Amino acid sequence: MNEFQDRRTIQQIVHNARTVAIVGLSASELRASHFVGYYLQRHGYRVIPVNPNEERVLGEQVYPSLHDVPEHIDVVDVFRDPSAVPDIAREAVDAGAGALWLQFGVISPDGARIAQEGGLSVVMDRCLKVEHARLLGRMHWMGFDTGVIAGSRNSG
Amino acid sequence: MDEAPREFGFNTRSVHAGQRPDPYTGASATPIYQTAGFVFEDTESASAYFNLQEYGNVYSRIMNPTVAAFEERLASLEGGVGSVAFASGLAAQAALFFALLEPGDRIAVAKALYGGSTAQLNHLARKLQITVDWVDMDDPDGWRRAVTAETKALFAETIANPGGNVLDISVAAAVAHEVGAPLVVDNTFATPYLCRPLEWGADLIVHSATKFIAGNGTTIAGAVVDSGTFDWSNGRFPSIADPSSAYHGLRFHETFGVYGLLMKLRSETLRDFGAVLAPFNAFLLLLGLESLAVRMDRHVANALAVAEWLGGQAGVSAVRHPALPDSPYRPLVDRYLPAGAGSVFSFDLESGREGGRRFIEALSLWSHLANVGDTKSLVIHPASTTHRQLSDEELAASGVAPGTVRLSVGLEDVDDLVWDLERGLRAARDSAVTA
Repeated sequence: MNEFQDRRTIQQIVHNARTVAIVGLSASELRASHFVGYYLQRHGYRVIPVNPNEERVLGEQVYPSLHDVPEHIDVVDVFRDPSAVPDIAREAVDAGAGALWLQFGVISPDGARIAQEGGLSVVMDRCLKVEHARLLGRMHWMGFDTGVIAGSRNSG
Repeated sequence: MDEAPREFGFNTRSVHAGQRPDPYTGASATPIYQTAGFVFEDTESASAYFNLQEYGNVYSRIMNPTVAAFEERLASLEGGVGSVAFASGLAAQAALFFALLEPGDRIAVAKALYGGSTAQLNHLARKLQITVDWVDMDDPDGWRRAVTAETKALFAETIANPGGNVLDISVAAAVAHEVGAPLVVDNTFATPYLCRPLEWGADLIVHSATKFIAGNGTTIAGAVVDSGTFDWSNGRFPSIADPSSAYHGLRFHETFGVYGLLMKLRSETLRDFGAVLAPFNAFLLLLGLESLAVRMDRHVANALAVAEWLGGQAGVSAVRHPALPDSPYRPLVDRYLPAGAGSVFSFDLESGREGGRRFIEALSLWSHLANVGDTKSLVIHPASTTHRQLSDEELAASGVAPGTVRLSVGLEDVDDLVWDLERGLRAARDSAVTA
């Protein structure tokens, strides 16, 4: 586990975030980004699609870049080639976002460092949908290890 | 929430992982969800579940909350990202090989293997047009010589049944990863309490949960556990990385990342095979895992005591327990099985086939039956049962002598176990005198 997969950081983001800008959100229902966007909407997050090639995805207005998003962003969730991450990280810092989240395979130590130095929490090579499902959702119904241990009704 | 999440220990997870107090009733034991189907909240949810966009219960042939509690607990104990349970160990293996292999592929498999697995692999090879390359797991270069450009998996048991061969996991894993194939380990005889092969580089675990996991000889069950670390997008596993025709073009590895193989194994392979674990059986397995550590300590101690005693008895020509000081596997036991090498091992009677038969007939405490990993001590004489049709020469080729007896040492008092074995050995010696 690297420093950008800290369990407490992940827990805080999943619990506290409300607005998630998904960079590279695809209009195709079969792409991982669409799975995540759909899931987050179902679980009450406000999803803001960022993609220069689309106009509306998941019923939401799409913005060409993070600079164009007119509201506060809690999490910038990235589904892009790792080479695009440093620029996205700079935009996330400029936008005053709370966290930079890089999905499975989006591995950019440089981008992560830029966001971290800009004061953002950073998670890398993890899936926001999975972490939500693990901590708050129903992933345990699929036989996955959630890491949740609870003998009382106070926990979780 | 601002507190760092705790990393709980093995014993705590044995008792708690996968299960939470029932939010509706407060039930402390895992409820047995004995239901075929689950009522959908609304049409949107139903379609989200079928599209795998949301984790939801649909039908107990694919998922069930009681079964899931067992799957999560086993995954937690093995250190995997998740698990899929099956109706038996052989069902788990068949489903995994079916998911991994395509016609024309090869699989390298340790020759020292449970006979049921050997038969299954030969059967799959005939039906699926795959080739099995049999490997001498005791040969340090055996794996490297066996793998080819078509090898899609390596497969062996942590402790082989019945020979007690111990797998050098790191060596097999290194060869597997050089050729871009996963190492699959059957961890039935060790259980995650004695060895966690994923920590030594294995990629996938299969279990016959019928044995030490169930613990009491009550339940037929199996499972696959995934480390989540194998790269299925390495170009060699199109059935996992490419769009799935059985799932409207879904790419399992891209969409579900480290969970991709298990999602495929559940929503395609288990769905189509139908060899599902029953909720009540999962409940029994959960009870079994709760006491796994304490049972295994006793199993290990009793087995070693019986093995040491047998080594000093007249009429016994060999004792093959891998933890004995003179065992060739002792260095591997020290490395991979420091808490013990399980409780199943074999020994040879000098009095051969007839001696084996007399030995079994003279026992009154040990149960003569075809299972292992029970609280009760079990015994079988292959030459008069499982291998009865074979000549002495054919027996030797399968690594079994005419006088070989396999023991699965249970939780009884060692003095009582030895008392009974003494009576068996006396009968076997008498047969040698009269023969």
